[in-house]
Amino acid sequence: MINFEYTRVSSAKAAVSTKAKHAASQFIAGGTNLVDLMKKGVTAPQRLIDINALPLKDISNDAKGLTIGALVPNSVAAENNLVTEKYPLLAMALNAGASAQLRNMATTGGNIMQRTRCPYFYDITMPCNKRQPQSGCGAMEGYNRMHAIFGASEKCIAVHPSDMCVALAALNATVHVSGAKGEKKISFVDFHRLPGDTPQLDNNLQTGELITAVHIPSNRFNKSYYLKVRDRLSYAFALVSVAVALEVSDGVIKSASIAMGGVAHKPWRLTVVS
Amino acid sequence: MVVSNGQPIALVVADTFERAVHAASLVKVDYIKENAETDFDKNKFNDKLLKPRPDYLRKEKDAWKNAEVSLEEEYTIPIETHNPMEMHGTIAVWEGEKLTVYDKSQGPKGVQGELARLFALDEKNVKVITEFVGGAFGSALRSWPHVHAAVIAAKKLNLPVKVTLNREQMFTMVGYRPQCWQKVGIGASKDGKLTGIAHHAISNTSSYEDFSEGISSVSQYLYDCPNVFTTYKLLPLDVNTPTWMRGPGPASGCFGLESALDELSYKLNIDPIELRIINNAELHPHSKLPWTTKFLKECYALGKEKIGWSKRPTVPGSLKEDGMLVGYGMAVGVFGAGRSAATAKGILKMDGSLLLQSAVSDMGPGTTTAMVKIGSEQMGLEEKKVRFELGDTDFPTGPTQGGSGSATAVGSAVIAVCDAMKQSLKEMAIENIAAFKALKADDIKYENGKLIAANNTASIHFMDLLKEAGKPELQVSKNSTGFAQRDKYATNSFSVHFVKLHVHPVTGVIKLKHIVSAADAGKIISEKTARSQMVGGAVGGIGMAMTEETLLDHRYGRYINSNFVDYHVPVHADVPPMDIVFTNQPDYIISPTGAKGIGEIALVGVAPAILNAVYNATGKRVRDLPVTPDKLI
Repeated sequence: MINFEYTRVSSAKAAVSTKAKHAASQFIAGGTNLVDLMKKGVTAPQRLIDINALPLKDISNDAKGLTIGALVPNSVAAENNLVTEKYPLLAMALNAGASAQLRNMATTGGNIMQRTRCPYFYDITMPCNKRQPQSGCGAMEGYNRMHAIFGASEKCIAVHPSDMCVALAALNATVHVSGAKGEKKISFVDFHRLPGDTPQLDNNLQTGELITAVHIPSNRFNKSYYLKVRDRLSYAFALVSVAVALEVSDGVIKSASIAMGGVAHKPWRLTVVS
Repeated sequence: MVVSNGQPIALVVADTFERAVHAASLVKVDYIKENAETDFDKNKFNDKLLKPRPDYLRKEKDAWKNAEVSLEEEYTIPIETHNPMEMHGTIAVWEGEKLTVYDKSQGPKGVQGELARLFALDEKNVKVITEFVGGAFGSALRSWPHVHAAVIAAKKLNLPVKVTLNREQMFTMVGYRPQCWQKVGIGASKDGKLTGIAHHAISNTSSYEDFSEGISSVSQYLYDCPNVFTTYKLLPLDVNTPTWMRGPGPASGCFGLESALDELSYKLNIDPIELRIINNAELHPHSKLPWTTKFLKECYALGKEKIGWSKRPTVPGSLKEDGMLVGYGMAVGVFGAGRSAATAKGILKMDGSLLLQSAVSDMGPGTTTAMVKIGSEQMGLEEKKVRFELGDTDFPTGPTQGGSGSATAVGSAVIAVCDAMKQSLKEMAIENIAAFKALKADDIKYENGKLIAANNTASIHFMDLLKEAGKPELQVSKNSTGFAQRDKYATNSFSVHFVKLHVHPVTGVIKLKHIVSAADAGKIISEKTARSQMVGGAVGGIGMAMTEETLLDHRYGRYINSNFVDYHVPVHADVPPMDIVFTNQPDYIISPTGAKGIGEIALVGVAPAILNAVYNATGKRVRDLPVTPDKLI
């Protein structure tokens, strides 16, 4: 790991302006993924902007839905009464991810930003178009048992590793973002990208933008389940996972929303099935 | 020359660990590239195979082919990498000509001897300390390059140097269970009597060292079978050298043999336990010698009851519970037992305490606890009064800890020390205590710390005796020789593992529900640590069966899952409730401890038991480990 500067900020505005001042800087919250990437030399920010002091740790509910602050730890969100009662699908997905220790550190915003677990991305001696554009894809002709089934490109077959994001995609969530030009909202299904010719871009967040919250609209789903199939029963990434939310009335499915994880560069919505 | 990926080529030393790691990443090396071959599957039948031992033939090679019922199948096991929780580390300190090395090792004396030879030092000037070892499983049976590098760096810098491996380096520096391919042909008469076994195995080694572990040998003696043919070959690859890993040889061999036997049981329509009992070897099938002790049949009976074998469906895939397919499976584990030479020292003190010492390691089986138990029992002292010190080459020579041999070897030395102490105390009493003067040593009993005249006319506690004799302590060193009756007996520990599991009919996810391991390990010296060994072995077996697989990308000759996220060792959620049952029948022929060894049989046989249960649940026979969900859909 190379030496880096460290700045702590206490407002979203300060975070965004600090980021704008320092080109090779990155936000850090829980750091469960970023620190690993730095240790492995996959990424080498010159400056870390610690956003943990930002007031983004609330979970609130109103008629329109639930808002989860970007800095709410995964373990806190998973145990929050509003989440477990109204959006149990999200709680299930959160608890299916990582380990208890990691969930205590990992944040809502960070989870959305986590990068692929493709081994060729992690090993800097290997080719990887996502890590180093134009270097080739190691996985394409290599080990790719856990790689993309849908939406892959010739440049990249990596998958997004998050469980939480699969549930958020099924629940039609929106990502709230703060940037130099002000605030904006990005629909969850539009947040992450498919690899195409630019696999180095995981998502549509612009340089300098900060995730402040996730909003889940209120819904009529009364049955839901997150099923994760993996190589061991805990602490393993999904071979494939599925988040299913159903509105069931008198034994009839009135509406459905389904998303899959571990199969594409982004949470994969099954819109036709829905 | 660089012979494999991850081969250490330089050591970078810095004043902090982080600086050293970063500095090492800055070392740039120019290589002249040569082609590397790391693909076991592609090359396993090539013309470069080595033959580490002659083929074994008992009567006819192909008898199994002519049997009334027969089958021939291939079985494979991927590389399983040594990953004890504690990674390897060494601290080397030079003081003039004297070298002290703090090491993670299963045998301090072995490290001492090796360093003395390598650096042309007098063994007296090399002190090795291995007091605490956080798991090793065979990975610390030999000194790997980082140990030598630490010694060289400390000499060059004239400073103590600490070298610790990180998790990624564990995959390239401390060995692994070799990848293997096996083919088992097995035949029996309709009533289940085995008529022939042909067991062939190939495992990988490196291009610079030959590591072999006799995978197919287990078929020579586990069952009574008149015709047996076994072969074993090595395939050198451009990878680091494999090494012994818990149950080396039989762990892999039993996956082949015990799977094939299970397959045969279905073809014969005979219960797999019954099939094994029909073919139980009363005498060692090759040597025709009796076993010192063998309570394998008792293990079947104990485990069968505990797992609820009667509920096992005879038709695979026919039993469901809570929407899940239910399967029961079992398999046998076996490993050599014996007793190697060992020396121990005892110091009996006036305060009523006993200190025991031997230059051995305790990598986790609880050797210290077991030796305290033996010392306490022999001398009739409370356990809290007995201490066992180990892990220091200044202590009397003890064996390297491996092959389930510490309890018998070191335990026998401790018993020898205790016997000699009792004798010395008797002589001391005769010499120093008036009431004992007229007695001979044989006329004096030792009981619970007291010396008692056989006719009950006098008694004295050893604490008072030492005081009267003016001796603050009694020191005795004793050697116990190795087992010398190999021409009279066969020696093995046995286990039988039973598994109940669920398989999700759609996703192929396996949920283990219950494991019962029954072991014939001789006398159980320490119930708690013995049970822990069995539980740990079963967990290792779960990894072997279901999760562990070291992946190589042959284009680069490079391991691609060399971390704990992608290399899956079992987690708590994978481990079911377990029952451990011991026959607890002492084997006093092998050693006066009565023990036979537990460490290896705890793991050997677990993987085939799980795979046999998977077949029972699903009707799918998986012959390539590990059985991940994709192999069941």
